Amino acid sequence: MKKMMMLVLGLFMVMSVGFSANAKTITVGLDADPVSLDIHVQLSGGMLQLSHWCFDPLVRWTKEMTFEPRLATSWERINEYRMRFHLRKGVKFHSGNTFTAKDVKWTFDRMRNSVDYKGLIEPFVGIAIVDDYTVDIITAKPYALLLNMATYFFAMDSAFYTGMDENGQPKDAIVKIGPSFALNNASGTGPFTVTSREHGVKVVFERFKDYWDTNSPGNVDKMVITPIKEDATRVAALLSGDVDFITPVPPQDFKRIESDPNVKLVTCNGGRIITLQMNQERRPEFKDVRVRQAMVYAINNAGIVSKIMKGTATVAAQQGPEGYAGYKPELTPRYDLAKAKALMKEAGLEKGFECTMIAPNNRYVNDEKIAEATVQMLAKINIKVNLKTMPKAQYWDEFDARAADIQMIGWHSDTEDSGNFTEFLMMCADKATGYGQYNSGLYCNKRVDELTLAAQSEVDLVKRADLLKEIEQILYDEAAFIPFHWQNHSYAGKKELGIAPVINSMNFPYFGDMVVE
Amino acid sequence: MFAFIIRRITQAIFVMLIISMVGFAIKNKIGDPVRDLVGERVTAEERAIIRDRLGLNDSFTAQYVRFLGNVAKGDLGQSFFYKKPALDVIVGKAPATLELVFGAALIIVLVSMPLGVYTALKPRSFMSRFVMGFSTLGVSMPVFLTAIMLIYIFGVNLHWLPSYGRGETVDLFGNGWWQTGFLTTDGLIHLILPCISLASIMLPLFIRLIRSEMMEVLETEYIKYAWAKGLSPMRIWLVHAFKNTLLPVVTVFGVQIGIMFAFTILTETVFQWQGMGYMFLEAVERSDISLLIAYLIVVGSVFVMVNTLVDILYGFINPTVRIAGRK
Repeated sequence: MKKMMMLVLGLFMVMSVGFSANAKTITVGLDADPVSLDIHVQLSGGMLQLSHWCFDPLVRWTKEMTFEPRLATSWERINEYRMRFHLRKGVKFHSGNTFTAKDVKWTFDRMRNSVDYKGLIEPFVGIAIVDDYTVDIITAKPYALLLNMATYFFAMDSAFYTGMDENGQPKDAIVKIGPSFALNNASGTGPFTVTSREHGVKVVFERFKDYWDTNSPGNVDKMVITPIKEDATRVAALLSGDVDFITPVPPQDFKRIESDPNVKLVTCNGGRIITLQMNQERRPEFKDVRVRQAMVYAINNAGIVSKIMKGTATVAAQQGPEGYAGYKPELTPRYDLAKAKALMKEAGLEKGFECTMIAPNNRYVNDEKIAEATVQMLAKINIKVNLKTMPKAQYWDEFDARAADIQMIGWHSDTEDSGNFTEFLMMCADKATGYGQYNSGLYCNKRVDELTLAAQSEVDLVKRADLLKEIEQILYDEAAFIPFHWQNHSYAGKKELGIAPVINSMNFPYFGDMVVE
Repeated sequence: MFAFIIRRITQAIFVMLIISMVGFAIKNKIGDPVRDLVGERVTAEERAIIRDRLGLNDSFTAQYVRFLGNVAKGDLGQSFFYKKPALDVIVGKAPATLELVFGAALIIVLVSMPLGVYTALKPRSFMSRFVMGFSTLGVSMPVFLTAIMLIYIFGVNLHWLPSYGRGETVDLFGNGWWQTGFLTTDGLIHLILPCISLASIMLPLFIRLIRSEMMEVLETEYIKYAWAKGLSPMRIWLVHAFKNTLLPVVTVFGVQIGIMFAFTILTETVFQWQGMGYMFLEAVERSDISLLIAYLIVVGSVFVMVNTLVDILYGFINPTVRIAGRK
């Protein structure tokens, strides 16, 4: 019986080796698969990853945070409101149609109908076609981040998405719930075409034979994306050889992966800051700048990075990470328990007080553990925190309702620029303008608002950086929020995969350029 | 008899109404499905518009009445995540779960019978003690732990078996519905670990059940008589004793299979097995409430229908059941 079993298992082993000899096919295990093939149906990291696999933007970010020409070959400023883009010639869509300026304009206009994108493209007036291979992008005000935004301007195949589908619905309809043409059909200019898709099970991509970028070193012919939601199962799938590449990698498994000779771990700095906001209206103590400072001094965020994040995050003391326009190297983390206690005493609160806190438990890496550590750290300055954690499905409603005195939020800037953090997290909350939409601490400083708005329309990049740096300084001095760290992105894959060259701090692995030995 | 059937069916409908109402009552506690559909930039007002369009802002009764009306037309709603009718999603996921349960049931039958009989016949042998000891361990170990252990031993360390998913599947009926893993080598090796994990919950129970039933039967008069008659041991054990052991075992087996479906939720999650259990847990996390309610209705109605049928059959077989129900 036992011999028989060993024999059978041995046979399976031989067969599974036979399967993996099929080169240049990679299997990728992600925590979730793309929710749709319609890139405008949702603005999320996952959808942008897909956008880079099946479509191409005008320009894209490089690893070094510079711009790389994609569908646009060159660009120049015409005036403060207008930038001219020269488009690449001889580019084919997956359908066989030829890419022209009309597709760029069509795709931009489509974004206006997307609930998710329309806010993002608000600074723009529109796109004017100059000729078949030249477009002008026009903004309402002078706008420094035009190129940053051009990374969102992917080109969809306008002819392919025009007309009616079999349900009598226009093919370009953006539908959140229910069937649509774009949900299951895609035609872009990108390196991969989708050959089959079963939502929640797998998506199969094949390399586009007429892909314009013949200089790309990428040699992946076929790519299968499978969602593996459980962290432990995703890691096990890589270690057992069922998948070739996984992301994200849970920090607790880093050692395990590094010790395995067949796989490797690659991490990359990311731009998502994890913070706590202190509600000044619910809790009058938080109005006192000394109390807020004391709390920042009490949090050992370097300790959290090394103990809880296992070194896979960068300790933060300001909103934007290094490389962003507003980054100020002088602002350093300031854990100092004695100082924290002194500040509490100064504020007349050495006996402390009690308050509530909420945090999600499945949104950010180790979010619950970070929150628990915070409770212990604040207890040392006699602030007794009653913590409640919950899944993200319930968390955001509570967050919006400002249901607790301290609330956790992580933020990644859409524009890869410092201003975006302040617009959403730190500007005075105002329903009419939409600024401060996620400012649950109700911190409000008119000077910060002025500076942020000034930075929006400042085209001189040096002056603009000064404005942004001043904001970071004010927020630091006033302890407007409690900073923890910027989350790193983590990837792991088989040794023969060229991972490092295709990853970047936006967490868009450019699989089109991946080299498999 | 006719009145009895009508009464049973009315009761069944009543139970279904309660199930749907309970489902509806909890749905607002699970979270806002619109959150999962939009990016972080989308404002509260725009989310409210989407909620409005989905009818999520209507009163409980209005939503419930609309839901009942749709159910009467055979429409259980649209899944938010899958963007297609919830019923289609559930029906599409059912084969994976059925195959998992079938595979586990097969393992239980093939392993528990010989071991149960052996431990009954040779209760003092070393092998029997080992099996009994091991089964105590098995019964007290939670299924997700067994599953993770199996993955680490056979998947990660030994590289013998795949650690997740269903592998290669083929279309069984040619219409794309039933994708079976039983007909491909890859599909079969993917079935091994999940089926063993699922079987591990019930296996010890059945070994013990068969053993005790068998031991009881071995003490009966007719077995003693058979020994006295000088029949061969094999004939006594397998034909006379074992056959009579099976009757209660089969009854329990029928009940336990239903319970096994409940355990598929855990097994499927650990192995990322694309079945109904995994779908259910995912739907909770994504607050895909229309899919959740549809799942409750489908599973509830299967149970209610089976029970009602059994009750009605009982009525035919045993008339006293009918009389007892009469006023």
